Amino acid sequence: MDQKLLQLNAEYARALDDDRLEAWPEFFVEDCLYKVTSADNLKRGMQAGLIYADSRNMLRDRVSALREASIYERQTYRHIVGLPVRLKSDDAEAHCETPFLVVRIMRDGKMDLFATGRYLDRVVEEGGSLKFRERLVVCDSSRFDTLLAIPL
Amino acid sequence: MIVEKKIWPESLARVPYWVYQDEANYRDEQRRIFEGPVWSYACLEQDLARPGDFRTAQIGELPVIVVRADDGEIYAFENRCAHRGALIALDEGGSGAKDFQCVYHAWRYSQQGDLLSVAFEQGSNGRGGMPKSFCKEEHAPRKLRVAVLANLVFVSLSDDVPPIEEYLGDEVLGRIERVMGKPVEVIGRYTQSLPNNWKLYAENVRDTYHASLLHAFFGTFRITRLTQGGGVLVSPDGGHHASYTIDAPGDETSTAYKEQGIRSETTYRLADPSILDAVDEFGDRIQLQILTAFPNFVLQQIYNCLAVRQIVPRGTNAMDLHWTYLGFKDDTPEMRRRRLKQSNLVGPAGYVSMEDGCVGGFVQRGSAAAGGELSVISMGGDTAATMDTRATEASVRGFWKIYRTLMKV
Repeated sequence: MDQKLLQLNAEYARALDDDRLEAWPEFFVEDCLYKVTSADNLKRGMQAGLIYADSRNMLRDRVSALREASIYERQTYRHIVGLPVRLKSDDAEAHCETPFLVVRIMRDGKMDLFATGRYLDRVVEEGGSLKFRERLVVCDSSRFDTLLAIPL
Repeated sequence: MIVEKKIWPESLARVPYWVYQDEANYRDEQRRIFEGPVWSYACLEQDLARPGDFRTAQIGELPVIVVRADDGEIYAFENRCAHRGALIALDEGGSGAKDFQCVYHAWRYSQQGDLLSVAFEQGSNGRGGMPKSFCKEEHAPRKLRVAVLANLVFVSLSDDVPPIEEYLGDEVLGRIERVMGKPVEVIGRYTQSLPNNWKLYAENVRDTYHASLLHAFFGTFRITRLTQGGGVLVSPDGGHHASYTIDAPGDETSTAYKEQGIRSETTYRLADPSILDAVDEFGDRIQLQILTAFPNFVLQQIYNCLAVRQIVPRGTNAMDLHWTYLGFKDDTPEMRRRRLKQSNLVGPAGYVSMEDGCVGGFVQRGSAAAGGELSVISMGGDTAATMDTRATEASVRGFWKIYRTLMKV
């Protein structure tokens, strides 16, 4: 399980950083929750996220919007994902926390530390591989530079 | 950036690019606008529910503390110690504040902003201390007037500004009350740092012309299209506006966008359209209303997604946009979930607002060497009057109307 968890996190980051966004929804089960929030919003029980998707199709819509509708300057991310801690688990699912750091590289080469935080995950096994039932992206800061296009 | 020739054309429909670049002008704005005869949005009344609750805010460059005192009233004063100028309150807010003490030398202020005590005022062992002539009543941070309206707290440094209702005008006031008529609950707070002068955002949010052109998401899903019903209200002084879109069945057959080859006409469709499952909660078929109050306030209703946006300048080339996402206290769980889903449209990652986050930077960079050139704001003529179409830049001209009045240019 732990080896699979590492693999899941590594593949997730690699898909986003390699601009294989279409693969991103497939890391989730159909009935999922993906939310980008901040530590402060989480602490205060404020539920609205920067991104809030409660189905895999909403994740697919994010990707097709980025591909076909949204306007933003060309940019890529480099995710550095730390080691997951298993908070609790049973046969059905595991609750994990994993720290991350994301560098944003703009088309002109400018690099910025764009986001840091932790993933709060509920991970389940589906069809022989691990998937996210829930991934809360809890950013350490509530401030975002310019825009958040590519998912974290 | 120093601009050699600061021209100002006669027409409201032309704006020189140096106004987004010039540092002396930026300092003038602080004095003439943010500290001038305007009402600036500070916080929600909900943020100050109980005595001792306070929030800090920034009015232009001016840091302020807004607090509900034990007498039940709301007071506002500059967040600056009268001693050496340090911030008095460091957090964005808090509760149970009986008084405020500067961390630097422990000078203490009342909830009204009066200086209560000076540490070691009498010195130590009979030596040192403040001069006998020192009078605490003469030393205090500047106090601001406070106006509370429809869940919103506004502040002003000016004794000359008219009452808030008169300042906003009946039409815009009615549009605020339309949305903010019930007790609200904050459901999210985020800050978006934008790489542009604050005025570029103030214009963008008043610009009804761009909405369906820049934002393909809007156009394709007919949330707002210039061919739908709606219009724009502009206050007599130009500073405040409300634009609105009315749900108009039959618009699907319009081919105006396709005929003009406009990018926002795409074949893009959603796999999960639940994000667009909106209800007419205000009972007037207005799907979208964007409202501004000069200088720093934006109120947004996009379907059932409600938010207040606060503009904070950060020098000539940068600004912060503080987003406060709202629901109502009496929301059903279904309505709350609807708001959470629709919040995907706005904020730093919003299907719509994302683009407003970058487009100001495109203007700032595109016009960097064009301080002496003029921006063209002629859609719908050269006045700032209310119009029953959104194919106009009337409310952008309105911004410049009040701006030029206050800046005396």
